[in-house]
Amino acid sequence: MSVPLHFQSIAELSAHLAARRISSVELTQAVIARTKAVEARVHAFNSFDEPDALAQAAASDSRRAGGQSCGALDGIPIGLKDVIAVSGQPLTASSKMLANFVSPYNATVTESLQSAGAVLHGRLNCDEFAMGSSTENSAFGPAHNPWDLTRTPGGSSGGSAAALASGSAIATLGSDTGGSIRQPAALCSLVGLKPTYGLISRFGLIAYASSLDQIGPFARTVEDAAIVLGAIAGHDPRDSTSFKTEIPDYRAELKLRRGPWKLGIPKEYFGAGLDPEVGAAVEKAIAYYRALGCEIREVSLPHTRYCLDAYYVIATAEASSNLARYDGIRYGHRSKDAKDVLDVYQKSRAEGFGDEVKRRIILGTYVLSSGYYDAYYLRAQKVRTLIRQDFLNAYREVDALITPTSPIPAFKLGEKSADPLAMYLCDIYTIGVNLAGLPALSLPCGFTAGGLPIGLQLIGQPFREADLLATAHAYEQAHDWHTKFPSL
Amino acid sequence: MAAPSDLNIDRVAELSRLALTAEEKVRFSAQLGSVLGHIEQLSKIDVTGIEPTAHAFPLHNIWAADVARPGLAVADALRNAPAQRENMIVVPKVME
Amino acid sequence: MNYEAVIGLEVHVQIKTHSKVFTRVVAGYGHEPNTLTDPVVLALPGTLPVMNKAALDAIIKAGLLLGCEIAPVCKWDRKQYFYPDSPKNYQISQYDQPICIGGSVEIELPGAARNIMGEHRKIPLTRIHLEEDVGKLNHHVADSLVDYNRAGTPLMEIVSEPAMHTAEEAYAYLTSIRHTMIYGGISDCDMEKGQLRCDANISIRPVGETKLGTKVELKNLNSISYVRDGIAHEIKRQLAVVAAGGKLIQETRDYDGQTGTSQSLRSKEMAHDYRYFPDPDLMPVQVDAAWKEKLRAECPELPFDKQRRFLRDYQVPYTITSVLIPERELSDFFEASAKLAGPGRAQAVGNWIANDLLRELSAAKLPLAAAKITPASLAELVGLIEAGTLLNAAAKEVFAAMFVTGEAPAAVVARLGLAAAPSDAGELEAWCRDSIAANPKALAEFKAGKDSAINAFKGPVMKAGKGKANPKLVDETLRRLLAGA
Repeated sequence: MSVPLHFQSIAELSAHLAARRISSVELTQAVIARTKAVEARVHAFNSFDEPDALAQAAASDSRRAGGQSCGALDGIPIGLKDVIAVSGQPLTASSKMLANFVSPYNATVTESLQSAGAVLHGRLNCDEFAMGSSTENSAFGPAHNPWDLTRTPGGSSGGSAAALASGSAIATLGSDTGGSIRQPAALCSLVGLKPTYGLISRFGLIAYASSLDQIGPFARTVEDAAIVLGAIAGHDPRDSTSFKTEIPDYRAELKLRRGPWKLGIPKEYFGAGLDPEVGAAVEKAIAYYRALGCEIREVSLPHTRYCLDAYYVIATAEASSNLARYDGIRYGHRSKDAKDVLDVYQKSRAEGFGDEVKRRIILGTYVLSSGYYDAYYLRAQKVRTLIRQDFLNAYREVDALITPTSPIPAFKLGEKSADPLAMYLCDIYTIGVNLAGLPALSLPCGFTAGGLPIGLQLIGQPFREADLLATAHAYEQAHDWHTKFPSL
Repeated sequence: MAAPSDLNIDRVAELSRLALTAEEKVRFSAQLGSVLGHIEQLSKIDVTGIEPTAHAFPLHNIWAADVARPGLAVADALRNAPAQRENMIVVPKVME
Repeated sequence: MNYEAVIGLEVHVQIKTHSKVFTRVVAGYGHEPNTLTDPVVLALPGTLPVMNKAALDAIIKAGLLLGCEIAPVCKWDRKQYFYPDSPKNYQISQYDQPICIGGSVEIELPGAARNIMGEHRKIPLTRIHLEEDVGKLNHHVADSLVDYNRAGTPLMEIVSEPAMHTAEEAYAYLTSIRHTMIYGGISDCDMEKGQLRCDANISIRPVGETKLGTKVELKNLNSISYVRDGIAHEIKRQLAVVAAGGKLIQETRDYDGQTGTSQSLRSKEMAHDYRYFPDPDLMPVQVDAAWKEKLRAECPELPFDKQRRFLRDYQVPYTITSVLIPERELSDFFEASAKLAGPGRAQAVGNWIANDLLRELSAAKLPLAAAKITPASLAELVGLIEAGTLLNAAAKEVFAAMFVTGEAPAAVVARLGLAAAPSDAGELEAWCRDSIAANPKALAEFKAGKDSAINAFKGPVMKAGKGKANPKLVDETLRRLLAGA
């Protein structure tokens, strides 16, 4: 084995486990050893519970010994973004507000992974309440990009990306509200999938913007992403927005669904602000698909320029309401200086939330306040209809869309933290997908001259993740970006 | 659409139950001013006759049958409480 | 100048379901603090609501009973305000698309006397919507304690038009809602348990004026008599302010039923801005004709309709119907028994229920459902009395025994030897002959045409029969013998 265990894929490791070449305890120990070796530099974790992870691994090994192994994920260490509830474990959303919160219940995806036999390892760092594009908004300090520790791994699921890229997990889960899986995946040379809204239960996911949030996997390969997706997808009666739809065997479908596909290039995604190296890498990927026999067609998503605006109205409005429950009464930070109930609210929230969370709560409260609802929220929801229609129109002509994931590669920590609007612009290629509820993934498509990863975004049709993954798989098969690892 | 200067930071902070410092009020007002300036773009689109999208994939009548299940044990319910007494959450006296 | 009061009521009714409205933990009253919670009720991070179908059924039924239009589509909105009893700091409610629109509540005003039916009126409704109840604060000297057991209980808000003018009307309105909800099995409406709560919007205006005056919201009308007293007090207060040349201010006042006074809630609380917006965690509700018709078929007859039918079909006095009607089971008991008893006996059945059965139940602290007397056994008892087999005094004794043992009346009569007629008809005839022979004066009077003279013979017969002689049979026998004498 030339590649160390902690950098191998689920597909490879599950084969080793099945063949008893390694045990889950050995694998978990290797991953934890790696975590301990790099965590001080990467800061991908808010916490991890070594005895708990090893106990899960031992349980997996005894299942296997008893012939009761659950499948490809059994015994594989998987990290969860610290916005997904695991019973008995901390759930902080990287906020001082929840610094001491321990969840008394499991998210549905947690239960799904547990029943698939996964070893849940660690609570992964992120932007506070998943608000941000750099993980710098974490109350516990930023995560660092394993490819360049002076740079951001992206956000908000930066810890999920950094942990996987640094070998501190074999796969991870993140959540994506405006690009929070795809952008960090792009910045860390990983596959990151944002499934169709409603495919994965949100029960147990700390809500940022309820109508946009979706959990999804980070993986080293498209095949791994398909394996994890298969474990967590499906209807959940505890989430009223969860969709009843047939869940195919995503992994098996990779080999069954072969192009050529008709691929659309939305012209609005290749304009000003796109880094030339990123643009060139994406063009090369498009050329590859053309060479593969795919029909490439330029399409237009005319309302793209309004995505950011509609997003910041809808997302902050929902967030201002979703975060009202963090009040210092039933749980969470309560100010020591509170003399009356109003004080408990105002001071606990002022002390417990960081700047970006406060800004978004203020913006969201403002756009919902009396006299402004129609001009902002209602209008943004109508614009959302137009944005969604743009995509559906494009899908009359093409099977999927190809765009850059992020306009720029990983930027320096601190570079944008004083300018919220500049930070928001990092999400311009990913936000429309959330507004339209579509599935999209980012996969590695190269590196800049300076060695920074570049991501390609494929946007698919609703509930057709199998096609989306197959399209990505076709590219990945002919490229070796996923075999490169950062030197740490 | 309202002008960005309409943002009354005191009132909105009050509604949000956020005790902001004077410095924060100035800083956030400026930062959100530029964000709101960008958002003003929305007013340029003609949305006449366009239905709002609340959910990308709207469903209806999503419910459960009225079958009661046991909930949390009191100890778990109060596990994260900042202050508790007699199995209840303690808050400063609320004047009705 | 003459003034009239204008009153609108906002009535909150807890819906009786097994589980809460947006999660499936048990809904209930009287449990130990914070034992009816789950992650959703406590609004723990990451939790999501799921509608309770039964709560929807119940509110649609309520709407159908009150003649509301049932909206083909309705949605859920978040009403946002911070309060320690509200775990999410927003309440899931319905803002601009309530499930029930319009409708009315029939009320009965007090009659001229207790036994005379009062005037009936219909109070129009604005809407009924479904929302979730909040937790409960227990106030102590230095702090307050929060119990979230009640939080998330399904709650409907019934909003009337400002169409009432007196405290009596408001009282009648609330009473009628209460009876209707109990009939529909929608709520038990026990005000002591907070299952029925009422806020009143009250204003006064010169008679003839059509615009509404300055509105005062009166809160904490937490018993049905406090509603009447509180509103009456508030109207008097407003009239006094105006009479003294003062000006009314729009405010919320808290009524204290113990002292019969109210005070302004001049809390320093900031002006509300509820920032309603559609709850993205829930999907809309569509009510189609089939669903509506299924529920309509489950709707019971309304209390006032039943009362009118009892008066018409069973000829029972109004006072008896007013006792029977408020409780659906009691009125059903009556109707079943009256039907079995047969024509002309319903009033007697009603009397037994309204007087004896209710008295015994209340003394034994039992609900009707636990009564051992059945509609059939009561009908049989009334039959025995009507047939003359059982005397009233003995019947009371039989009823008491039936109440305790659940025996059929005939069995009690036999066991206790309470039958009116002596066992031997020859014996009765002998007593009658003896009595006629012993009273020639009365015999002469009877023969002279004074029919009432027959009564003089009855006393000795009854005495001889130790009170068990069947008076009807005694009368018949005496007449037969007298005719031959």
